[in-house]
Amino acid sequence: MDKITGYVTGVNGNLVNVSFNGSIKKNEVGYIICGDTKLKGEVIRINGDTASMQIYEMTNGIKVGDQVEFTSELMSVELGPGLLTQVFDGLQNPLPNLAEQCGFFLERGVYLNPIPDKDWEFTPIAKVGDKVGPGDAIGSVPEGLFTHLIMVPFNAKDLGWTVKSIKEKGVYNVRDIVAVIENENGESKELSMVFSHPVKEAVKCYEERLRPDETLVTQLRCIDTFLPVAKGGTFCVPGPFGAGKTVLQHMEAKNSAVDIVIVAACGERAGEVVEVLKEFPELIDPKTGRSLIERTIIICNTSSMPVAAREASVYTAVTMAEYYRQMGLDVLLLADSTSRWAQAMREMSGRLEEIPGEEAFPAYLESVIAAFYERAGKVKLKNGKTASVTIGGTVSPAGGNFEEPVTQATLKVVGAFHGLSRERSDARKYPSIHPIDSWSKYQGVADMEKVEVARSILKKSTEINQMMKVIGEEGTSSEDYITYQKGELLDAVYLQQNSFDPIDNACSPERQIYIFNVLYDILTSKYNVTEKRDIRAFFNQIRQEFLDWHNTEFGSEEFKAQEIRLTDCYKSKVSK
Amino acid sequence: MQKVYTKIETIVGNVVTVRAEGVKNGDLALVGDSYATVIKLDKDIVSLQVFAGAQGVSTTDTVKFLGRPMMVSFSDHLLGRVFTGSGVPRDNGPALTDNMIPIGGPSVNPAKRIVPKKMIRTGIPMIDMFNTLVESQKLPIFSVSGEPYNQLLARIALQAEVDVIILGGMGLKYDDYLSFRDALEKGGAMSHTVMFVHTAADPIVECSLVPDMSLAVAEQFALEGKKVLVLLTDMTNFADAQKEMAITMEQVPSNRGYPGDLYSCLASRYEKAVDFEGSGSITILGVTTMPGDDVTHPVPDNTGYITEGQYYLKNGHIEPFGSLSRLKQNVNDATRSDHRALMDGMIRLYSSYKESLEKKSMGFLMSEWDEKLIKYGELFESKLMDLSVNIPLEDALDLGWEILAECFEPNETGLKTSLLNERWPKEIG
Repeated sequence: MDKITGYVTGVNGNLVNVSFNGSIKKNEVGYIICGDTKLKGEVIRINGDTASMQIYEMTNGIKVGDQVEFTSELMSVELGPGLLTQVFDGLQNPLPNLAEQCGFFLERGVYLNPIPDKDWEFTPIAKVGDKVGPGDAIGSVPEGLFTHLIMVPFNAKDLGWTVKSIKEKGVYNVRDIVAVIENENGESKELSMVFSHPVKEAVKCYEERLRPDETLVTQLRCIDTFLPVAKGGTFCVPGPFGAGKTVLQHMEAKNSAVDIVIVAACGERAGEVVEVLKEFPELIDPKTGRSLIERTIIICNTSSMPVAAREASVYTAVTMAEYYRQMGLDVLLLADSTSRWAQAMREMSGRLEEIPGEEAFPAYLESVIAAFYERAGKVKLKNGKTASVTIGGTVSPAGGNFEEPVTQATLKVVGAFHGLSRERSDARKYPSIHPIDSWSKYQGVADMEKVEVARSILKKSTEINQMMKVIGEEGTSSEDYITYQKGELLDAVYLQQNSFDPIDNACSPERQIYIFNVLYDILTSKYNVTEKRDIRAFFNQIRQEFLDWHNTEFGSEEFKAQEIRLTDCYKSKVSK
Repeated sequence: MQKVYTKIETIVGNVVTVRAEGVKNGDLALVGDSYATVIKLDKDIVSLQVFAGAQGVSTTDTVKFLGRPMMVSFSDHLLGRVFTGSGVPRDNGPALTDNMIPIGGPSVNPAKRIVPKKMIRTGIPMIDMFNTLVESQKLPIFSVSGEPYNQLLARIALQAEVDVIILGGMGLKYDDYLSFRDALEKGGAMSHTVMFVHTAADPIVECSLVPDMSLAVAEQFALEGKKVLVLLTDMTNFADAQKEMAITMEQVPSNRGYPGDLYSCLASRYEKAVDFEGSGSITILGVTTMPGDDVTHPVPDNTGYITEGQYYLKNGHIEPFGSLSRLKQNVNDATRSDHRALMDGMIRLYSSYKESLEKKSMGFLMSEWDEKLIKYGELFESKLMDLSVNIPLEDALDLGWEILAECFEPNETGLKTSLLNERWPKEIG
């Protein structure tokens, strides 16, 4: 079959109109031949014999009449061993390799192989004659910490494939043919360790989707205890600039108890990606004793890179997450920030002259965001294993106002909401998640009833604090003042966490439960102190003892000694 | 091939359309004797944005396509010169045409970036000590109109330890432009300065070119190994120019009339700030005036999401709260051992001072501690926050200790005992 071709008839920003002959698909990839370079684009609208393409590169230099080649393939990513530890742009171009080839700048029209050309030790799993379907493993290779399964492509139509031949255990190149499979109609398909999958098609090669009921431990007290996230669940982190969204995501990327972390930096600062790039290889994952970068993939489409590729980048990331889920692994996808992705949609929508919705975002914004978050999920695979993709997206609302469309559309579909507050970050209270406005529908590590009691004390304390601003400390009753101090204590010693402290930066679930129970006891006890000055001094002392407790290794002698000091301190004033 | 077209089809705002073939997107053209760029192609209809404005363009004017994108000349001859937004000399010097380089080039590969860790000294304590400026940082100065932001920029330009200064002025009042020029000439910095200035009276399209011109030139200097500081004032005018042009082009406005791609527009400029490994660097300091002192206005809001911190200029000084240099922790551990702790401690006390001040204004009882804080706050404001103070970082740190010693007992400062023993100006006894 000849390639379908066409020619450019119009250019408007990164939208190019193309006249074509023959049949093309919506969302098919095409290349515009502009001088010596080929510029990648995607068909987003077809009207008669004119296709509108969004171009993933700068469109300078394109002229009317330039040739266009269509590939008849949808926008896809390559999946195979060697993805881990890599840094890709939104179109899955490996950035370090690109730097070797092009130097300091991102030259347009250069597309490199995302999967490194490497040899792997292949161990067959399937045997000749075995029945296989999409997503079934035919063999495996060791990739760093994991056994990387080599699978039948996810989009192979399920037509009763049987294995016709398979290579023996041995070392093969990633692109060598390792197996041949044949379907009922006698068509055969050669499989290497690499296959591609369209980014906008969710991978569904599993037995069933399960309810996310297992807590994803982030080792951040205020999340795991008060605002938990579940494996296979979704959460969003909206916050104004400077409230610490990215720092929080980095903490989650470092400390979460999952197998693989995919960081999608979508339309954010390049400097932040560089921090991850330079910092992660040096950090050791305490669980495995290996460098953190070995479980990480970074997709980065920073704010100055072309807008259309920004939209692709979140899909690229989620497809890779689903690929690793298919191997029975727990994957955490952190997208920073989904607002930039929504803005990319808005830009394209504007160029397509669609009727704008609220704040000029397209009318389909909500359904697109919902569909993206729905790609998260805990699943039971065909081999009985469970695996999950958890998606956490930051939102950068304009003016820090959570009423705007992207935040609202996201809140409708996520299971947990970690709203960051400017006031808390200004007061240097980190993580700056607002403990009262935020919510979660998932099960946390601690006893939920106790958590509710603690939360109600916090609420009451905030109200009293508001009141005190008007009537002053003098006009507040000692009882109220104690409640206020309890709330402040909860905030200071439990919700806040020092990310720079070597011990306090990660708090294991066992430790959380342990110290939460002590804190609960402190919060629910009654005290026989009446003078405001004494109350303040008393709680200051508890706070100091509690904070010192955070700096001791869990279960160590010092930990126990400090615990005794703390309990002695608060028990001394408990009223009988 | 320089074909001349003589029939202009439409003239709307600053955009003219003409029927032509073989024209490339982004190319430069001459409409009459004014430059223009191709912004849209639709079959044989070419839309051109005229830099000097379409005022007075006649339907019979000639349109000549130059077959190349917008470029700027780059050489050492640029130093000490002043140009308009479209690169025409504004001083009486000759036009430069050698070694033309394209503007608005591709962005830097993140894999080639390095973690910034070199401080830029400015001699302003509120910057050096509390919100250190770091090489390759991009920082805006958020300011209300009427604040002395241009004077501050000029001072930073004069005092910053850099090799080349590039000043991009957008919508500058003519007298502001003159005072910039005079300040740089008087301070002897003009010889390593290039200015691209668009004044309020100049055509709006040129305003939108200023950052691209400035940054293209900056990039070349940086690649030659120079430390470049780019000063952009005022980016709100740049955003307004974008707005004006987008509306003329009948684009759907998103927020308060600004185009939907405002974030990308600003980001692609600010992200040019970079430290080239083994070569020079670009640091960007921009002014963003906040209309109505509203930080949630689209321009400061989008800017805040892009830049690495911000300086708030309020009541003639840089506010300690709200102002933030995100990269300061990369450098302030290497300056002096007490820098970080003293900075945090002084800000904490200053924040307590603000609380006491509030208490005082509400008529609540003042304790002895409140009085101490108020004395401290006043000293802090007059000795460190005042913008006219000009001392090196080390002196500023010493001054900080003196202020603390004048107001507090050592154990009231909340600083570590070991540090107090080392640095407290008087004997601790």
